[in-house]
Amino acid sequence: MIADELGQKAGEHPVFPDRRLALMLACTHSTVDPAMRAPLMLQVLLGLTASEIGAAYLVPPATMGQRLVRAKARIKELGIRFEEPDAERLARDLPAVLDAIYATFTSDWVCRESRNRAEEAIWLAQCVVAQVPSDPEAKGLLALMLYLSARMDAQSGPDGGYVPLDEQDVSRWDHAAIDTAEALLRAANQCGPSGRFQIEAAIQSVHCARRSSGRTDWVTIGSLYDLLFALLSSPVVRLNRALARSHIDGAAAVLGEVIELGRDPRMVSYQPYWAARSHLAAEAGERETALEIFGVAIGLTTDPAVRAYLMKRRQRLLDG
Amino acid sequence: MRYLLMLHADETVGASIPPEQMKGFMNQMAAYAQALEKAGAFIATEALDFASKGSLITVRDGETRVQDGPFAESREQFGGYFIIEAADDDEARKWAARCPAATWGTIEVRRIRGRDEY
Repeated sequence: MIADELGQKAGEHPVFPDRRLALMLACTHSTVDPAMRAPLMLQVLLGLTASEIGAAYLVPPATMGQRLVRAKARIKELGIRFEEPDAERLARDLPAVLDAIYATFTSDWVCRESRNRAEEAIWLAQCVVAQVPSDPEAKGLLALMLYLSARMDAQSGPDGGYVPLDEQDVSRWDHAAIDTAEALLRAANQCGPSGRFQIEAAIQSVHCARRSSGRTDWVTIGSLYDLLFALLSSPVVRLNRALARSHIDGAAAVLGEVIELGRDPRMVSYQPYWAARSHLAAEAGERETALEIFGVAIGLTTDPAVRAYLMKRRQRLLDG
Repeated sequence: MRYLLMLHADETVGASIPPEQMKGFMNQMAAYAQALEKAGAFIATEALDFASKGSLITVRDGETRVQDGPFAESREQFGGYFIIEAADDDEARKWAARCPAATWGTIEVRRIRGRDEY
């Protein structure tokens, strides 16, 4: 319904050939609840129903419906116009669109619907790139998501079990998607200074280079995380930087920093943090701590395949 | 706010699981409780005996009636619970989705009403 309404409104401006970008900008207006931006885009652009979106966000259909209606009302009330955005407005508002798209793509705890959502996010990013071909970050985001989704199939082994990145069979990666991502990233880098999505894409590019070199260049990945941390200073980036360094300096060298990171309240129920910390503790030979921390990581996992993988790791440690 | 996570599952299936596999499930549940505790969200958990061993009590017109199980056929029975602390409904649902029992049964999430809400 909302898609029709907003779509019609958007269609009233024939100068703008494709209204999708204008719609996305309206969905990410500063007064729209950040948590509702991506769901709203999914409904407006893809015509997904409230119950489909609700299922992906673990929210009952009625609740999601109410939230979508409320967000739509905000847009109407403020009379947000679906005008062709000028360069200044794009520069200001595009980051929010890109953030919302990436939020759709990454969700650390919904597993079953995540593949559909990844495809939807890639589709949305393709729309943005088509609309704003000169924006390097839009290309960077699209490249990043293509690298990540290219490895999705290889993430589950023949028995359906979870396979971590460094144990994945590179022949099972989607090489066409990686090639596309490489071309996008090259084009993005030519446009000027790199933003967060380009740096993150570059990190994934280095990971994917294992398909030809047979090894992972952790030193380069570590430096890219340094760059990213200077830009974002997020605890997640710090965690990933520590993990990259552990491949160079050993787990014991980074464990202190990772433990300190645990004081950040955002890490308390963040599954990847506990999974990373348990691996590092195990590698550093801190068996008792590792056993305990593996328990926390297992308890925070939603994906049954990942849970089974972590249980196996923990059992291996128990068996000594 | 406090939430009750009611774990519903098919008891007959549960009873037919070999001990070795059951141990794996129990370990998963223990890990889940540990994660709740680490996050400061854990309040309580208990597992219940078979529903067929339960009773239903009613008092009507001063007459007490007791009906012993097994009760009318329903696919899943209420077999255990967690009481957790969560900021809102979304966070409570997130915790429910992490509970291993959600993969073999159904988890009903109910907010516990505060004493000042009556």
